[in-house]
Amino acid sequence: MSEAQTLTVEVTAIEQITPLIKHFKLAPIAGGSMPAFSGGSHIVVVMKGASRVHRNPYSLLSPPNELGGYEIGVRRMEESRGGSHFMHDEVRVGSLLEIAHPVNLFNLDKIARKHVMIAGGIGITPFMAMLEDLREGPVPYELHYSVRSPEHAAFLSRLNERQAGRFRMYYDSDNRFIDFDGLLSNQPLGTHVYVCGPAGLITRVIDSAQGWGWPDSHIHWEQFSAPPVGDAFDVFLARSKITVHVPPDQSLMESIEAQGVEVPYLCRGGVCGFCQTKVLELDGELIHNDHFLSDAEKARRNTIMPCVSRARCKTLVLDL
Amino acid sequence: MNTNHDLPGASRAAALSDGVASTPSGPARSAWQVFKPHETFRDDFTFRNSPEAIRRFPLPFAEDEYMYSVNIEPHVAGPRGSVVEFAFDVDEHYIAECRERELVLAAEPLRYQALPHMLSAQWDCLELIMESLARDYPAHFSLSRDGNRWRWINRPLNIDQSFTFGVPASLPREPLDYITRQAQGDFVVMDQREGDLWTEAGMVTTQADWSLDFDVGMTFKEWHGPVPLAHELGVFDRALKFLLNLRLGQPVRRLNWTMTVNPRLDTSPENYPKWGTDRASVTLQNAGDRVHLRVELQGLWRLPRSNAVLFGIRCYLISLNEIVTIPKWGRRMHRVLKALHPALVDYKGLTRYRDTVVEWLAPYDDGALTTPGGGPE
Repeated sequence: MSEAQTLTVEVTAIEQITPLIKHFKLAPIAGGSMPAFSGGSHIVVVMKGASRVHRNPYSLLSPPNELGGYEIGVRRMEESRGGSHFMHDEVRVGSLLEIAHPVNLFNLDKIARKHVMIAGGIGITPFMAMLEDLREGPVPYELHYSVRSPEHAAFLSRLNERQAGRFRMYYDSDNRFIDFDGLLSNQPLGTHVYVCGPAGLITRVIDSAQGWGWPDSHIHWEQFSAPPVGDAFDVFLARSKITVHVPPDQSLMESIEAQGVEVPYLCRGGVCGFCQTKVLELDGELIHNDHFLSDAEKARRNTIMPCVSRARCKTLVLDL
Repeated sequence: MNTNHDLPGASRAAALSDGVASTPSGPARSAWQVFKPHETFRDDFTFRNSPEAIRRFPLPFAEDEYMYSVNIEPHVAGPRGSVVEFAFDVDEHYIAECRERELVLAAEPLRYQALPHMLSAQWDCLELIMESLARDYPAHFSLSRDGNRWRWINRPLNIDQSFTFGVPASLPREPLDYITRQAQGDFVVMDQREGDLWTEAGMVTTQADWSLDFDVGMTFKEWHGPVPLAHELGVFDRALKFLLNLRLGQPVRRLNWTMTVNPRLDTSPENYPKWGTDRASVTLQNAGDRVHLRVELQGLWRLPRSNAVLFGIRCYLISLNEIVTIPKWGRRMHRVLKALHPALVDYKGLTRYRDTVVEWLAPYDDGALTTPGGGPE
């Protein structure tokens, strides 16, 4: 995708709703409506900071039938490379942001007989919109929402108001944890499970579901990786014939973009596979941080997802 | 043979007498001002292209040889007056094609189908088509919205409908059925799940020998199972991967083609006995009149509320006589058909009459070089 296809939005409200999460409302600057979307969609927000441009994916949490604006929730990441800090510290009511059209990589299965949703922390955001899509429909659903303690329970009042009786809270501080095996061993045929949250939560849900014989097609998860920091390295772009330096706190994709070379992308979080790039030469190791390539593909050392993955190398040549 | 050509003057008079002619109210764009409502695509086959319609015909051959490719490009506004100027092309055949669709549906209601979970996708389609037509052809269509209360005006078909978006009972038919009866070309809606696209709703009355009733519920590759060679070339693996990542607001298009004897839109398997034998009727004497190139302008859109994909298949027909009015096209058509891969000759159903058509076209090919691209010289 290219920047020409972004929309400009104005930040119309900001609320600190938990110690770590801020809730943003975005509205089109020209008035009117935002593009329609389906629950589970995310947008990429383009943040033009003083020294660099951040592009982070955030799930849309507003009701899909209310298109006067979009809502997102942003958690301050401890080891942020700047995107979440920018949203928390630099963005004010009235700030203008560029966003890409919504993309859905975490959509509800339309022929499911039942939906079981499991959220951990900031992983609640895509479910807020998905729950709205299900609210009026005939298909049964339930949400299991786990957070550290009551003060971290983002959007609880909205859940109480709109989803009463259809969700259950789990607080680490009360020693209340989701019993994955109890939940997943006893669901009607045709149930789909969806999980979003920390990596450990996702792994445990997938392992439990697989252990109880759930088909992979009925297990859905989404986890956007923030591009991890790492050692600096250099990359040569074979088609553009330029060398790009990748500093420790900038992703490979961001570094390439900063040199004016466009890399096609959808999610920027290692999920969709859209930015997959051919590795033409490598002297060293690729550090794969994506959720798209299989272990076998990663072992072949001939392809990389520049949105989240890096390298520790003397030479890296990409087909860009 | 029928020689009842629609003359522009005559059709304007006919249109006025039907009360269906549109008077432009806004700035004149390239929208058709004259429809030919009495053209037929069956029985006496009075369908013809005007010289203007011939010049804008989307010839799918960019060079003198044809083989498959993943020939997908962004569906962005093309040249003024071309079939890709707008999202959905409305041309001089609009009214006649809508009437033909009604005839097919009256006889075979299952040409329209939608599985129950496709309702939100149906509303997406209705919105996309209404918005596009009203924006691109303000003289013919208008859409006004007050929240969920919508009013749709289709002047060529004399329709004025108020309804509540999202409430099926407020329309006389299901949303997809309703709006595709007012659009040219076939429409298929694919649900996206399990890393695949499933053909689960559609309006299919102008098809090149395939059946929605047979294919409904199939995955992308099952649906395309009968296509020869392309599977081995990996065309469908790449096409599916591409379509799964199709973006909102960034539709794409491609051209496909076959040939049809007589300008018959409904060449369905269901009606094979009515048209299959036409293939044996082609002679050197009648080929120019009877044999038509059939081109599909296929458009693909991501739908916003349902995350489904809309696949539009718009059919354009042109007779050999009309093709050779453009000298470049006469030469190219001859060369493409002469060199066509035998498996494609069979798959496209040309086996019975390809040689006759090549012979008919030969006098129009003087061996001169053709310029690249499908447009006229």
